[in-house]
Amino acid sequence: MLLISCPWCGVERPEIEFRYGGEAHIDRPAQPADLDDHQWAEFLYMRSNPKGLLAERWRHVHGCGRFFNAVRHTVSDRFVCVYKTGEKCPDLEALAREGAQ
Amino acid sequence: MTRFSFWELARKAVNAHQDWGHQWRKPDPKPDYDVIIIGAGGHGLATAYYLAKEHGVTNVAVLEKGWLGGGNTGRNTTIVRSNYLWEESEGLYDHAMDLWQDLSQELNYNVMYSARGVMMLAHTVHDVQVFKRHVHANRLAGVQNEWLSAEEAKAYCPPLNIEKNIRYPVMGAALQRKAGVARHDAVAWGYARGADKYGVDIIQNCAVTGIRRAADGSVSGVETSRGFIGARKIGVVAAGHTSVVMDMAGVRMPLESNPLQALVSEPVKPCFPCVVMSNTVHAYLSQSDKGELVIGAGTDQYVSYSQTGGLQITTHTVDAICELFPMFRRMRMLRNWGGIVDVTPDRSPIIGKTPVPGLFVNCGWGTGGFKATPGSGHVFAHTIARDEPHPINAPFTLDRFRTGRLIDEAAAAAVAH
Repeated sequence: MLLISCPWCGVERPEIEFRYGGEAHIDRPAQPADLDDHQWAEFLYMRSNPKGLLAERWRHVHGCGRFFNAVRHTVSDRFVCVYKTGEKCPDLEALAREGAQ
Repeated sequence: MTRFSFWELARKAVNAHQDWGHQWRKPDPKPDYDVIIIGAGGHGLATAYYLAKEHGVTNVAVLEKGWLGGGNTGRNTTIVRSNYLWEESEGLYDHAMDLWQDLSQELNYNVMYSARGVMMLAHTVHDVQVFKRHVHANRLAGVQNEWLSAEEAKAYCPPLNIEKNIRYPVMGAALQRKAGVARHDAVAWGYARGADKYGVDIIQNCAVTGIRRAADGSVSGVETSRGFIGARKIGVVAAGHTSVVMDMAGVRMPLESNPLQALVSEPVKPCFPCVVMSNTVHAYLSQSDKGELVIGAGTDQYVSYSQTGGLQITTHTVDAICELFPMFRRMRMLRNWGGIVDVTPDRSPIIGKTPVPGLFVNCGWGTGGFKATPGSGHVFAHTIARDEPHPINAPFTLDRFRTGRLIDEAAAAAVAH
């Protein structure tokens, strides 16, 4: 079971307190009416699904109830960092280089 | 290659079975091939086999980064069934079911297909309604599936607890009698041996690191850990790693990879006659010929390539089994493991062409690909050889996520299936 830090509560808790929210930073289109089918498919269904660092959403359902984001390595399952919704996505390539050193 | 028969068995017995020999070669890669299949699991090997046998395409290589059948083919719980809801799925999975019937004879290799029946338990009014809808849909499509009361379910599977005092009492079950199990390793080995007989090169420990494309955009070959290998066509059958491989050709996929766990118990005498699945309480159970209980657990919620998962997932499944089958309460579990499954938004596979000329993909089987192995390979080989899909896999395009013509088995099953 993963141990996850909630950046809102500031505590580390077991995974069963959290619900996964999928890939982070997929913005709902500002002008939905202007999208063609390809762009809709990209927004709704296409996912990067990387083998490496992934920015993803979690929700602390059995705690504060709030969404937050995390960067996790999808092979080791180790969390690199957590950050609040609305904050910028960290530079994943820079984090990967740091992790490699 | 030796043809297996009673006579051959008797002849080899004279030599104390010392000279059976290898069942497939270990060739070095040739400079180029007509078709390269990426992934030597059941689906990839079946594809190569049918390409050679039915379409005469024998200049084929199957590349595997690890060892043959070492991914999800060797990690699943071996269940074979075809009682899906939608017509498209019924066509695809029942095609596989037809091929399972005499697969051992076809391959001259015992895949130990055992039609012992798969019973899916209903625990809520919603389950009852959903399963009855499945039974009727299947009946209209000519797919075997029938409804059992709780008492009939108990008669079919005596260890089942149908008392009313458990948390989720059994309210009935859907039974597909010709469904069952098959030996997963033997399926991979049988197809490998069959493909090798037709001259297909199976190249293990050869990881694909890149897909090279010609000036016109079509594929020209793959970069591998053993150097460049040319190819006119490439079929990606990489299960959980499909997104990674397709990314090498610049194609984004509607897939997420999750760990799916399974476990086996200590071996005991035959005591469990069929396969029982319960989606609601997450218990999937059968007994192998060695005597182990083979138990399927659920997927972890997050994207991962770790081939392991959280212990709470297996605990949840074992809890459910202890309540449904109280006689297993003191049984010890021997091993657990995880496989990485590639899940599509509609829980139906993608089998067909891609935007890149010469590049084909067979993926998205999610938590239930093993059952479809022969059918999947059969229609995918047709798609690659003729550059157009077989009528059975025509609806399972990558493009359906753009057009919206989804085959929504996710809503139909509501859970992993």
